[in-house]
Amino acid sequence: MNLTLKIWRQKDASSKGQMVDYKVTEISEHMSFLEMMDVLNEQLINNGEEPVAFDHDCREGICGMCSMYINGEAHGPDRGVTTCQLHMRMFKDGDTITIEPFRAAAFPVIKDLVVDRSSFDRIQHAGGYISVNTSGNTQDANATPISKHAADEAMDAATCIGCGACVATCKNSSAMLFVGAKVSQYALLPQGQVEAADRVKNMVAQMDLEGFGNCTNTGACEVECPKGISLDNIARMNRELMKAQLE
Amino acid sequence: MALDSKVPKGPIKDKWTDYKNHIDLVNPANKRNIDVIVVGTGLAGGSASATLAELGYNVKAFAYQDSPRRAHSIAAQGGINAAKNYQGDGDSTYRLFYDTVKGGDYRSREANVYRLAEVSANIIDQCVAQGVPFARDYGGLLDNRSFGGVLVSRTFYAKGQTGQQLLLGAYSAMNRQIARGKIEMFNRHEMLDVVIVDGKARGIIARNLVTGEIERHSAHAVVIASGGYGNVYFLSTNAMGSNVTAGWKIHKKGAYFANPCYTQIHPTCIPRSGDYQSKLTLMSESLRNDGRIWVPKNIEDVKAIREGRKKPTDLSEDERDYYLERRYPAFGNLVPRDVASRAAKERCDAGFGVNATGEAVYLDFASAIQRYGKEQAKIQGIDNPSESKVYELGQAIVEAKYGNLFQMYEKIVDQDPYKTPMMIYPAVHYTMGGVWVDYNLMTTIPGCYCIGEANFSDHGANRLGASALMQGLADGYFVLPYTIGNYLSNEIRTGKIPTDTKEFDEAEKQVKDRIDFFVNNNGKHSVDYYHKKLGNIMWEKCGMSRNEKGLKEAMVEIKALREDFYKNVSVPGNANELNNELEKAGRVADFLELGELFAKDALTRSESCGGHFREESVEEDGPQKGEAKRNDKDFAFVSAWEYKGEPADAVLHKEELEFNDIELKQRSYK
Repeated sequence: MNLTLKIWRQKDASSKGQMVDYKVTEISEHMSFLEMMDVLNEQLINNGEEPVAFDHDCREGICGMCSMYINGEAHGPDRGVTTCQLHMRMFKDGDTITIEPFRAAAFPVIKDLVVDRSSFDRIQHAGGYISVNTSGNTQDANATPISKHAADEAMDAATCIGCGACVATCKNSSAMLFVGAKVSQYALLPQGQVEAADRVKNMVAQMDLEGFGNCTNTGACEVECPKGISLDNIARMNRELMKAQLE
Repeated sequence: MALDSKVPKGPIKDKWTDYKNHIDLVNPANKRNIDVIVVGTGLAGGSASATLAELGYNVKAFAYQDSPRRAHSIAAQGGINAAKNYQGDGDSTYRLFYDTVKGGDYRSREANVYRLAEVSANIIDQCVAQGVPFARDYGGLLDNRSFGGVLVSRTFYAKGQTGQQLLLGAYSAMNRQIARGKIEMFNRHEMLDVVIVDGKARGIIARNLVTGEIERHSAHAVVIASGGYGNVYFLSTNAMGSNVTAGWKIHKKGAYFANPCYTQIHPTCIPRSGDYQSKLTLMSESLRNDGRIWVPKNIEDVKAIREGRKKPTDLSEDERDYYLERRYPAFGNLVPRDVASRAAKERCDAGFGVNATGEAVYLDFASAIQRYGKEQAKIQGIDNPSESKVYELGQAIVEAKYGNLFQMYEKIVDQDPYKTPMMIYPAVHYTMGGVWVDYNLMTTIPGCYCIGEANFSDHGANRLGASALMQGLADGYFVLPYTIGNYLSNEIRTGKIPTDTKEFDEAEKQVKDRIDFFVNNNGKHSVDYYHKKLGNIMWEKCGMSRNEKGLKEAMVEIKALREDFYKNVSVPGNANELNNELEKAGRVADFLELGELFAKDALTRSESCGGHFREESVEEDGPQKGEAKRNDKDFAFVSAWEYKGEPADAVLHKEELEFNDIELKQRSYK
């Protein structure tokens, strides 16, 4: 298929960006979206132009590095996938595709489609861990039985890949799905109880400090999340926060 | 230099304990004055960084990704082995040790593997304490599954995302230390050289990938944890950025590179679909617990399937060749990876491949769905369940076990694997070879360590499933923190290492010169053009089966390609900005050297062992006819290569492997 691409080009963080049009031809429907971008970049290099910078790494939907806003949706029109798993069979010959970086005040653009998501890391530094030494001298792994239900629910929350689609999608640029997922993982497990109150208070405080917005229950984050992280995690985080503040 | 593995004396089961009891320790006040650089933040680097920081050292950690959480350990799916014997099926430290040495086709160092098996149980305890949500049964206890090459259930898992959960565990431990200021994290940084002062590793030169700035970092020891080099094949299951650069740079400065030809070609990956393909996707080996692998018995059916006249589900049981169950009745679909891959290649080479390219076999879940469906019907008290009820109940179980893998398959291939068998084909996945290290995990450069997939030590010529995660975390959490302390105990009086010395000047100049060369080389071909050509040579001549003629050709072709690369490669953009092509150019330049050494190593080892299959070395008769033939008399050694300029001139050093606790035997899975 032949396509027109409208892509955000921005030299660096301090330059002004703009949308630029490109054409690609003979794109196979079996290609992934990033393989289509590879074709474009090969074409640009062969023409002596600068290729489009974009983040990507594992190309199997788990590292959370790829981050494109395609036709107004984080990771594009398919559901439950990252950009690297989006396939060209979702598009038609002759389509015009708009490609922008994930946009949020807390995700400044570094270059073209590459953004800085270190704000996510800083939220994790504030409390995204259980304070246990890595000595291996802990109790036996089976000493505390954990209900399968709680373990499975913790796993569902822990499956977050930290890509930032929730933030890019949210009209308030809220990171509450991301933070809620981490708070929930530990809140559901007995190991996480001891410091639960401090954890949620510190993580939420850092989230606010980074300039992320608040949740107004639109639910777009849940729809666009490539890993299907449920909105329930935001409710659980709010409950945990309230509990912590009352302590 | 003679290779000294520094394996402690004494019975194998006491070596590690005795070692720990006798090493020199560093007192907490002195640890505060000692710096350690860790390059790479996957399971090995992440766990090492967290633990060293926790002990009190000042850690500087480097990752080329934008966060440590994105290292490619995250993509490991199936699970992690540990000799817990929770299932009571006869597992033990010795058995895990034995299985790993045998699985590695008797080409690993016994003492290292025993230590790995010994600390494996601690890893599970540790990870549970960190909040890793492993799968559990209804009684609340941890669940296990089986993996290839073993007869017990010792694999712990978190759905099909075990690597992700373990890495996030290590990342959380890092975060705790980053918050305390004990780890200084350098994201989007790439190590481009090691700096050696008075014979010891004392720092690195790194490039800030956002600004292009070349930085000097000093430390009392340098730890390389940069993963494997499977991307030398261009197409592999590795991440796009996975590279050999850190390992290769230290090799060029004196670290021996061991067994580069030992590559794991994983049997269950999604087949390639076209020339534009950028990477291959793994389907976890855990699928072989329940999936049955087959191709049609009759070549007419193969033709009909390829032409779309028949569907795989149209074929009756009699018309299918479950070739692993046929050839290896004892292990069936759970033979080790090297054996399963070669068997798939054998069938496809014979013309039985089931897709248009002729390079695919089926992985079928129909019988598992039936089996689980009937079991569930019984559990739920449903008498005489209808076929559709059985299917529904069975599908739910398969979905609970492998749902994310099935979804991934469907998204890529656009077929529903619950209804039609998956198509799979082997792909490059893991490299057992790597930087040579002694028992302390130190390379032949004093003060330079290498851990995880980047080193060579524990998997011999073939890695068993669920052992990579085990090794990465064992090295980082439980082994290196002891062994490096023994070295650093001599550094307490050294003081801060200055970076304004001639050694740093020289290393930085070399790095800058090379970058200047790339951005000013107005060539005519992209970096990928060369990477794809290299990958093609590697796959055709150093792939699943190798022979003398092909390997000699590969060496010549790679050298010629490297020369062409330096003349004609084109790198757009500048050095002082984010420049993906410049990053790739440096990595591919190193692959173009490694590839040649790889072929040389494969040529030298004229036996078949593990992932290294030489067509000249095959069993010619008896029950093992056609299977790989190992040659213990001439090749029971580790090949450690010393850099001498051109890869073809590398000098071989042999570490003879001694087997005192395991008898060397033919590896039979029949």
